[in-house]
Amino acid sequence: MRFKTGILLAGAAAVLWVIPFAWMAVASLRPQVAGAQDVASLWPGGPFSLDNYREAWSSGHFPLWYLNTILVCGGILAVQCVTVSLAGYAFARLRFRLRGAIFTAFLLQLLLPPVVLVVPNLLMITQLGLQDHLTGIMAPYFASAFGVFLMRQNFRAIPRDFEDAAAVDGATTLQVIWHVLLPLTRPGLAAFAVVSVTTHWNEFLWPLMAVSSPDRQVLTVGLASFTSGAESGSEWGVIAAGTALVAAPLLAGFLMFQRRFVSSLVFTGLK
Amino acid sequence: MPALAGVVVPARHLGRHARPAELSALLLLAPSLVFLLAFTYWPVLTTALRAFTEQRFGQTAQWGSNNFFRLFADPHFANAARNTAVYAAGTILPSLTLALGFAVALSDSTRLNTLLRSVIVLPLLIPLVAAASLFIFIFLPGGGLLDWHLARLGVSAINWLGNPDLALGSIIAITVWKNTGYYMLFFLAGLAGIPAEYHEAAMLDGAGAFTRFYRITLPLLGPTLAFVSVIALMNALTQIDHVVVMTQGGPSDSTNMLLYYIYQQAEQNYDTGLASAATLVSVAVLLALSVLALRALERGIHYES
Repeated sequence: MRFKTGILLAGAAAVLWVIPFAWMAVASLRPQVAGAQDVASLWPGGPFSLDNYREAWSSGHFPLWYLNTILVCGGILAVQCVTVSLAGYAFARLRFRLRGAIFTAFLLQLLLPPVVLVVPNLLMITQLGLQDHLTGIMAPYFASAFGVFLMRQNFRAIPRDFEDAAAVDGATTLQVIWHVLLPLTRPGLAAFAVVSVTTHWNEFLWPLMAVSSPDRQVLTVGLASFTSGAESGSEWGVIAAGTALVAAPLLAGFLMFQRRFVSSLVFTGLK
Repeated sequence: MPALAGVVVPARHLGRHARPAELSALLLLAPSLVFLLAFTYWPVLTTALRAFTEQRFGQTAQWGSNNFFRLFADPHFANAARNTAVYAAGTILPSLTLALGFAVALSDSTRLNTLLRSVIVLPLLIPLVAAASLFIFIFLPGGGLLDWHLARLGVSAINWLGNPDLALGSIIAITVWKNTGYYMLFFLAGLAGIPAEYHEAAMLDGAGAFTRFYRITLPLLGPTLAFVSVIALMNALTQIDHVVVMTQGGPSDSTNMLLYYIYQQAEQNYDTGLASAATLVSVAVLLALSVLALRALERGIHYES
């Protein structure tokens, strides 16, 4: 009995939860009619048109914003894969002095997210000459304590026999990591990639501060300025379309690979 | 020559094994350490230095705690701290309660439950700025989604974001909508780790659903709860993108938060001393609260085992 009530309440909540998305879909596809009173209606009655998407696409700089976001997410992920694999290996396999202390120093980063340090980080990238460059957006994320921790756990779960066999054949440490360990930790790396890309695709405040040229803006920063422009003209359908364009890639990825997304988000959080 | 070769090979072999682990570790850790130092530890250090540096116009800089006096005397800072506390409590309590409720209600993996779970997780995947773009219209006074539907029920227009008494609540509602699904995922994973036998045994003893929840589910979810609380706390202090685009801390400073206050001092007032002092205070509070929560987490783990 109680169980049924629970599902009923959760179902009601789910309806409430989906309303913003439902409005986004309906309003973005509804053609704009002058003086129309039905912008707020959730009724998906036709006619439908893609005019709002066309207008959003032409009045914003979506191709450029997509490109910049992809470059930022891809750049961060590529460098992170190198740094976290190497450091993860050191913590998982090597015995060295101060290992515990250095590991703690890494973990402390988990409690000091770069967004809290926006002010000093901005001065830092300015000193490095990276201000107003995409690299400046990426740099604070190149070291990932969370990724190092994750790779350490992954490497530890692999029996040493594999590496010993490779070492006997004369493989260097880097070769062992690249040819033996990384292929065995693909699920862990994939999970890390999902979390890293989701985080940085959605980030706003730091890219807003780190970059000032319009041609180096990422999707979130572009959407914010696009929204404030369209808001003054009350072009709600166009705002809905622009928001859908920004949210679509990750939403599509989630709906297609739901199980992998969910297990990544939980697995990486709990480990 | 063969004799010499015989000597050289083991020597090289020995040499490789004798290479101190410290050197290998240093080489492997160097790429991470460089960025960790440059973007976490050096910034904390320079922030501390700047926070304790007094810069008066036309004079050379000197040491002192004037920035902190100015900070604690600034009513805007006190207000931002108060709002952050309200925002943290107002987002963490409802979203954790809802997340736990949803997880318990949807723990069986039926097709309907999987669908409902996905719907509740969906907001997690869109940028907070995108959520803000949607909620600007939802909260629009008069013709917006909320008011338009409330008008049909006879409720007159409400200025959700323009009324200082309602704005923070509206901002909180967005965060709860966005994050509840994330926390639910952790509770679902935690629930899956509780052996079914515990519930079966309790049922045989005649324990009702509520007794089982309070005596079995809740205590065994302790570590998950503590862990999720830390994440929720970090989110409450760092996720203010919607404030930046929707209210800019207003109206009448009612949605200003610590991080936005720092952003204002640095970007709008160019007051690095004040911004650094505020950053240092925030970092200290963040670390203290996280350590407290992690202590609770450790206790939870001991309890479990």
